[in-house]
Amino acid sequence: MDKNLLGQIVFYFFAALTIGSAAVVVFARSLVRSAFALLFTFFGVAALYAYLGADFLAATQMVIYVGGILVLILFGVMLTHKLYDLNIKTGSVQLIPSTIAVVAVFAFLAFFMLRTEWFRGDSVLSGPTTASIGNLLMQDFILPFEAASVLLLLALIGAAMIVRRRSE
Amino acid sequence: MESVAQLLEKIPKYDALPETISALMPILASSVILFAMLALAVLFMVWLERKVSAHIQDRLGPMVVGGWHGWAQTIADALKLLLKEDIVPASVDRVLFKMAPFIVFLGAFAAYVVLPFGSSSFVTDLNIGILYIVAVSSLSVIGIIMAGWSSNNKYSLYGSMRAAAQIVSYEIPAAVAIMTVVLFTGSLSMVDIVRAQTGGIQNWFLFRNPFLFLAFVVYFIASLAEVNRTPFDLPEAESELVAGYHTEYSGMRFAFFFLAEYANMFLVASVATTLFLGGWTQAVPASIMPQIVPGPVVFFVKALILIFIQMWMRWSLPRLRVDQLMYINWKVLLPVSFALVLGAGWMATL
Repeated sequence: MDKNLLGQIVFYFFAALTIGSAAVVVFARSLVRSAFALLFTFFGVAALYAYLGADFLAATQMVIYVGGILVLILFGVMLTHKLYDLNIKTGSVQLIPSTIAVVAVFAFLAFFMLRTEWFRGDSVLSGPTTASIGNLLMQDFILPFEAASVLLLLALIGAAMIVRRRSE
Repeated sequence: MESVAQLLEKIPKYDALPETISALMPILASSVILFAMLALAVLFMVWLERKVSAHIQDRLGPMVVGGWHGWAQTIADALKLLLKEDIVPASVDRVLFKMAPFIVFLGAFAAYVVLPFGSSSFVTDLNIGILYIVAVSSLSVIGIIMAGWSSNNKYSLYGSMRAAAQIVSYEIPAAVAIMTVVLFTGSLSMVDIVRAQTGGIQNWFLFRNPFLFLAFVVYFIASLAEVNRTPFDLPEAESELVAGYHTEYSGMRFAFFFLAEYANMFLVASVATTLFLGGWTQAVPASIMPQIVPGPVVFFVKALILIFIQMWMRWSLPRLRVDQLMYINWKVLLPVSFALVLGAGWMATL
C-alpha cells in the first residue's frame, strides 16, 4: 500500500479540489465567485486526466476550458447588468416537488452507476497518447473531425455577420 | 564535533527513506532550484531593463547601490518589497484579492518545468511539452481578471479586461506559429524540438526556410502582446489606467505580479529560443568545433538576446491604440500565420 500512497494522496487531493470547487460554483452567492471557482473545477478535472495518463486530454482541457470558455464566462458575467446587487434566487421556491425530482434523478443515476460493469483494467494508459490521437483524428475519424470544423467555421462567420449588421 | 557527526549519522540515507518521501524529494528539489533560478534571472532582468531604458534615454540608471553600475539595486528593491506592510484595501473581495497574484505567478512558473536549458538539464521532458506551456499559461489570464475584479477599482477592472482580451487574442497567432515548428518535428516535446535542430546554425528552424523565419517574427510579435510589453502595454497604460490590474496591490503581492511579468518575459524568450534558435545547441557545427560551452549557458545567452530585443522595443516604440492592436492581431498576424502553416506544411512534405 505504501507504494501507491503518494498516488492516492494526489488522486484524493484533486478529487476533493474538483468536487469542493464545484460545490462552491453551485452554492456561492456571488455570480463572479462561482465563475472563479470554476477555474479550480476545470483544473482539478485536468489533473485527474493527467493522473490517468491522458496527457493530451489534460492539456486540451486546460487550453479550451480555462483559456477559452472560462474567460468567456467571466467576460459574460462582468458584462451582466447590476452585477453587484444581483439576487440569483428566484422568487418562487418549491421545496417539495424539487426535492422529489432531485432524489429521483439521483436514484436513477446511482442505480445505473452501480449496475454498470466499469472498465477495471490497468486504468493508467501506457505511454504518450498524442500521436495515436492524431492518427485516429486524421484517419478513422476524419469525417466527424471535418464536420465539427465546418460547423465551428459556420458559427464564426455567423457571429461575425450578426455583429456587423448591428453596427451599420 | 562528535555530536554533529552523530547527528549527521541520524539523517537517513536517500535509499532508506520510505518511498512516499523519496518520490517527493526530486519534485521538491527541482521546484526549489527552478524558483531560485527564476528569482535570480528576474533580479538580473529588472536591473538590465533599468539600465537599457536609461541608456536609451541618455541617462545612466541605477549607479550607487552595490558599487559597480548599481548591480545590487534590484536586490535592495526586492528586499524592500518583501518587508513592506501587507495592505489589503477595505472594500476588496478578500479571498480573490489574495489569491490572484499566486495564480498569475503559477501560470508563469508551471511552464518552466518543461523548458530544456541543456541536453540533460531540464526538470521533465513531457510528451506534450509545448502544448503544456500553452495550457498552463492560460491560468495567468484568469489570475489577471481575478486581480482586476477583486480590487473593486475601475482602473484595475479596465486594465484586467484589456489584458485578458489582448492575451486571449494574441494566443491564437502565437499557437499557430508554434504549430509550424511542430509540423517539422512531428513532436510536441521540447527536447525533441531542440534535437531536431542540432548541427549548427543552418539547422535552426529560424534559418531552415522562409516560412519558419516569418513564423518566428509572428511568434515574437504575438508573445510581446501576451506579456503586455510595449508597444502592446495597453493593460497598464499609466496615463489612463494608473497602473492597470495591479493598481491596488502593494508589497509582497505586488512583487509576485512583478515576478510573474518578468518570468513571462523570460518564458516567451525561452520558448522562442527552443523553437526557433536551436535551444542549447551552438551556432558552429560540431564537425568544425565541438561544443565546449555548456548547453545552459548557450541557452541563457540566446534567451537574453531576445529579452534585450524586447526591452529595446519597449523603450523605442510608442503604445498602440486599441483598434490598432486588434487590427494587427485579427487582420494581419492571424491570416499570415494560417498562410505560414500551409507553406510550412508544404515544405515539410517535400
